[in-house]
Amino acid sequence: MKKKLLSLLTSIIVVAFVLTSCGTKQTSNNSGTTSSSDKEGDEIKIGAVIPITGDISTFGKSTKNGIELAVEQVNSAGGINGKKIKLIVQDDENKPEQGVAVLQRLINNDKVVGVIGSVSSKVSIPMAAVATQNKIPLISGASTNPKFTSEKGNEYAFRACFIDPFQGTVIAKFATENLKAKTAAVLYDVGNDYTVGLAEYFKAAFEKSGGKVTAYESYNNGETDFSAQLTNIKKNPPDVIVLTDYYQNVGLIAKQARQLGLKSVFLGGDGWDSPDLVKIGGTAVEGGYFCNHYSKDDTSPEVVKFINDYKAKYNEVPDALAALGYDAANMMFEAIKKAGSTDGEKIAEALKKIDLKAVTGEIKLDENRNPIKPAVMLKIENGKQVFVGKVNP
Amino acid sequence: MIFMQQLINGIALGSVYALIALGYTMVYGIVQLINFAHGDIYMIGAFAAYYAANMFNLSFVPTLLAAMVVCALLGMTIERLAYRPIRKAPKITALITAIGISLLLENLVRIIIGPNPKSFPGLLTSKMVTIGNLEIDSLKLVTLGVSIGLMILLTFIVHNTKVGKAMRAVSQDKDAARLMGIDIDRIISYTFGIGSALAAVGGVLVGVLYQRIDPLMGIMPGLKAFTAAVLGGIGVIPGAMAGGVLMGIAESLTKGFISTKFSDAIAFSILIIILLFRPSGLLGKKSSEKV
Repeated sequence: MKKKLLSLLTSIIVVAFVLTSCGTKQTSNNSGTTSSSDKEGDEIKIGAVIPITGDISTFGKSTKNGIELAVEQVNSAGGINGKKIKLIVQDDENKPEQGVAVLQRLINNDKVVGVIGSVSSKVSIPMAAVATQNKIPLISGASTNPKFTSEKGNEYAFRACFIDPFQGTVIAKFATENLKAKTAAVLYDVGNDYTVGLAEYFKAAFEKSGGKVTAYESYNNGETDFSAQLTNIKKNPPDVIVLTDYYQNVGLIAKQARQLGLKSVFLGGDGWDSPDLVKIGGTAVEGGYFCNHYSKDDTSPEVVKFINDYKAKYNEVPDALAALGYDAANMMFEAIKKAGSTDGEKIAEALKKIDLKAVTGEIKLDENRNPIKPAVMLKIENGKQVFVGKVNP
Repeated sequence: MIFMQQLINGIALGSVYALIALGYTMVYGIVQLINFAHGDIYMIGAFAAYYAANMFNLSFVPTLLAAMVVCALLGMTIERLAYRPIRKAPKITALITAIGISLLLENLVRIIIGPNPKSFPGLLTSKMVTIGNLEIDSLKLVTLGVSIGLMILLTFIVHNTKVGKAMRAVSQDKDAARLMGIDIDRIISYTFGIGSALAAVGGVLVGVLYQRIDPLMGIMPGLKAFTAAVLGGIGVIPGAMAGGVLMGIAESLTKGFISTKFSDAIAFSILIIILLFRPSGLLGKKSSEKV
């Protein structure tokens, strides 16, 4: 009897744990509207939802620095229409449920007029629906998954970066044209919209240009042992291995792949852009290439000015996330200025017509509210990122 | 060929599950408590090793010992403060307390150390060892070796030492054991200490092997180790080892030959199937319970 009870209990607990660890989606239950009347005095409140802690915290810190620099510059230039910007930053820990919760707090309690965030697509996508229900414009600096803006009910979502189909195509183009790769293996995280999207678009573009994908392998979120998948990839060692994840896992996978004796060139997307990549991956990531939004070696006046300002404030060279955070904030400010109002609907309308000379290229939005602009390819050499070239859409 | 390689991957992964499963099984065998905080003790073992190695520049073996001591003390403290006061309460009370302790440990670490993953120091260098056509990472061999060594040691302790004999006596009949002059509280405390120290070893080995640790790293391995313990017959020490290795192999083969998406589903399905046909687990005895 007791044993039966134990087995029943065990199954229930296992099922419950598995269900909860899959991540719950929070739905907003308040369709409350924010009227433009409850703005106090001469402040415009802007929210920011970014992963300051968690597995991609260096992205969050860079984004935060970029946004804060933009806020400081706009305020020291007299603010927007005579009003100063007040920035309220919230941490989403790179978790969808946390992102939605803090976004609701920003909208309902802090009465922000617009929000910048988040970094990863898996957090931004559920946030977009909440922002749209509340008619608050949401601009993500770096969420590249198309769903963020293209899904129905996400009409108040905008972004400052290019999207994954473009990024995936750029990586495939680079692999076939510059690296003359004939075979490729792809390894991605099944639980992350960003890595799944990038993997799919790379595969489609690579096969279209005549390449062969020898292995298309995945892993679960939070896993640290990739030996089963890498053993499969090693059956037919490919010319390139595409790792579509963020730096944390890319470093880990690269190391394990080299330990197994795989010699292929690693390729990836903008998720690689962090100084921690080399810290974690060490020599394993040497010689890898990734696609990014901007290069610090670019000589356009916007980039040079941004790098100088950023260095003066933070004493370090900005990465792409900092540039995108800066651009996203400036998009918001420009739209508020153009709209001449802090009403969410009017800001969103102004955003659709934006034409901004930004650090990561000229930002004009297409009908899905995605910017059309070029990408850059970077190479990891001696632990540093080296500019390889620009790829146009 | 590939099959053999995947099998080795699975055994290495499974030996870590087995180490954690031993702790679950020992505690259950003696106090009939499923100690859900066990996976988090494994995590704290990894963090203790991280700090020991970074602060005092220790090498592998001293780091391992330091983590074992920290976790043994932690396990005994938890037992003293959280489980002993409710030992007479219904079993469900203890189970809920254990889940509470688990959440407490996870979140305390998140507050004190922060939720960011840490890069574990490279205490051992990895080399590829070639055996015939197979290539094996030397770190995996170390993991396997340490796990097997500790399992043998544990079996020896349980069967041949005074404490081990007392443990077995307590697990059979607490009241009779007390009448024979065994200090039950002390024996239970030792059980938690030994179980927790084994979990710490698991944490350190995983840290060395994959070099990334974070406050929530104990949840999935803890759950899988618990499953392994039930699979092998909870309360049975060889069962925990068999269950752990079986889980590791199932996971690795599923990833290698079917799809990662099914790896957890298949691992847990095995548990459900075994429980349907052999409710006492693979190596569990079909004993009639005393009332």
